[in-house]
Amino acid sequence: MTAISDPQSVAALAAEAVDNRVNLDFETEGMTLNMGPQHPATHGTLRIIARLDGEQVISAEPMCGYMHRGYEKLTEVRTYPQINALINRIDWLGSFANEVPFILAAEKLMGVEAPPRAQWIRTILFEMSRIANISLFLGDFGLQLGGMTAGFYAFRDREWVLNQIESATGGRFHPNFDRIGGLKDDLPKGWIESSHTAMDKLLAFCDELEDLLVGNEIFQARTRGIGVIPAEIALSYGLSGANLRASGVDWDLRRDNCPPGLVYDKADWKVWTHPDGDCFARTWVRLQETREAAKIVKQLLDTIPSGPVMAKVPRIIKVPEGEAYVATENPLGEMGYYVVSKGDLVPFRVKIRSASFNNISIVPWVARGAYVPDLISILGSLYFILGDIDR
Amino acid sequence: MTLLLASFAPPYWLSTLIKVLVVSAVVPTTALILGMVFLFKIMSWMQSRLGPQEAGPRGTLQLLADGVKFLQKEDIAPNGADRWVFKVAPLVVLMSTLLLYVALPASMHLVVADLDVGVFFVLAISSLSVIGVLMAGWASASKYSLMGALRAAGQLIAYELPMVLAVIGVVIQAGTMSLNGIVLAQNDGSIFGWGGIGFPYILTQFVGFFIFIAAVQAELTQPPFDMPVAESEIVSGYQVEYTGFRFLIFFLAEFATAFAFAAIAAVLFLGGWAVPWLPTSSDWYYVLGPIVLFAKVMVVAFIIFWVRFTYPRFREDQLQSLAWKVLIPLALVNIVVTAVLKVVL
Repeated sequence: MTAISDPQSVAALAAEAVDNRVNLDFETEGMTLNMGPQHPATHGTLRIIARLDGEQVISAEPMCGYMHRGYEKLTEVRTYPQINALINRIDWLGSFANEVPFILAAEKLMGVEAPPRAQWIRTILFEMSRIANISLFLGDFGLQLGGMTAGFYAFRDREWVLNQIESATGGRFHPNFDRIGGLKDDLPKGWIESSHTAMDKLLAFCDELEDLLVGNEIFQARTRGIGVIPAEIALSYGLSGANLRASGVDWDLRRDNCPPGLVYDKADWKVWTHPDGDCFARTWVRLQETREAAKIVKQLLDTIPSGPVMAKVPRIIKVPEGEAYVATENPLGEMGYYVVSKGDLVPFRVKIRSASFNNISIVPWVARGAYVPDLISILGSLYFILGDIDR
Repeated sequence: MTLLLASFAPPYWLSTLIKVLVVSAVVPTTALILGMVFLFKIMSWMQSRLGPQEAGPRGTLQLLADGVKFLQKEDIAPNGADRWVFKVAPLVVLMSTLLLYVALPASMHLVVADLDVGVFFVLAISSLSVIGVLMAGWASASKYSLMGALRAAGQLIAYELPMVLAVIGVVIQAGTMSLNGIVLAQNDGSIFGWGGIGFPYILTQFVGFFIFIAAVQAELTQPPFDMPVAESEIVSGYQVEYTGFRFLIFFLAEFATAFAFAAIAAVLFLGGWAVPWLPTSSDWYYVLGPIVLFAKVMVVAFIIFWVRFTYPRFREDQLQSLAWKVLIPLALVNIVVTAVLKVVL
């Protein structure tokens, strides 16, 4: 990827593409199509410079940084609880999932463990934010392929999960609920029953969406065989999450490398993979994951232990000197925080490994030779959140 | 009143003036009705949301409010644009829509020009709009616009053919190319001697109806064939540089054309302005004709918009292969079968 701070190289790239006679048979000139930073399909401020031969993409260059907010630097001047509120905004559709790996890294450095009830609720909320995130993807991908209605259904039924998250944490999008050593509050009364209802609604939504969109012939024509990523390429570009599993790699941090503090081993669930590696496989894997997440939530709701939700931690949190990296399987893929502490109120350095940044790095490889509409399918199915790319 | 209308024979200048006024009043009205009923209300009902609520009773005046808003906007032409062509293009699109309405019969005599070759005329005129689209795309000096316009041109070539071929079956069966003649043939016809519902051609020409509706979707650049204006790919295509009332004209033309095509489908396949229980020679059709036609148009428009709201969009090459490999052969088979049966029966 080219750095945005280098306008000369961007201009040179564009000029070169215009001059190139890219199609030698017809002697036609190439065209440079600038998609974004304001473009409906990039849902955010991603810019893609595509060199085209007719409608065929010769090369596509994603350029990020239009939404860079400097989170890694900001963390160096904020205390740990303050950082928790900040990093909610990285992947804004699955906010709670952003908090968890950071809190777990801090807990690991401090040697604190949250009480079992807090671990259970953490996992439930983690999976709920996964559902909130991915169910919107399913609708939004339909929207990008021209099927409007799926988008509205997704917005309607995502509301069930958001309401649950809101009633438990007080925040619809940015809960800021996780604490070092536990959670801010216990669950409200009647929350477990209403969560069961919400999960049932979500499972029904998945069925409905499968009928409306994923099973649709036009949708399959637009996604099957498009943007195929073989397993070894996916691994070499550092893809993670559903994008990697759709290429047939059976890899899920929730099962393989679950950090202490999350209780995925207490539920019976399955990691879905798909051998094809195309846009359809990525959509299908995400659809199955939404169902699995709902199943995990339903099982954990039935087995929540009683007890406190907060361990004994000092009022003023000073993290002892040391380094820790904790990564979890977030809705978009592997999300990890490498926290270096010098024993201060604030961390010395935090490196955020967010999934979307790696996931879109494969765009130049996979977009080559695709048509412009396929580029939309590929971008849509790779599923990035701009805040997760730029941080 | 009906007798009064029947004996109404104004001088040439007056009848011309009336016809001009009627067409220029009907076109925006139909666009408003379709936009309001389908784009706002039915669409929001299908997508489980409320739709416009505030402007007028139950939000019925929302589109008027939007129209007024468009009129207030600045008329911008981009810097690199071919200004004259850029400004004329929406009018060319609207012109083809206006001309479509000239041949549409709302009853035996409520028609601006009762052409002997009405079918031929409407199909030929409808393809003129692509000239305006090409002009808009070329003159906008935007790559997205140009791609949209070229997609529209390619789509037109692919979809005029199946549309024309689909209609030929009806023409063979009716034995006339006059739209009024086709209405009469359907309503005065009978199914093996039983004239209970006349003989609407959808019963025999259902293949033609299906192909016609599919081609209409492509002609109107609606999903699943909305590649020329695909928002998520080429940011509304040839319309992207237009503002204010020039954009409004595109919108008007699109919905008025949708209404016109629904009316053509109603005339060709559903019996047009007549109901079989009232003889077509009745003077009541001066009043009933437009109402009956409107009801049938709404049924066809519902199908068109239902598909529009439900399906994702094809890719350009998939559209071409659907047109050339599926629809055109199917239409040709339909013509052959119709011709054979016409001779045999």
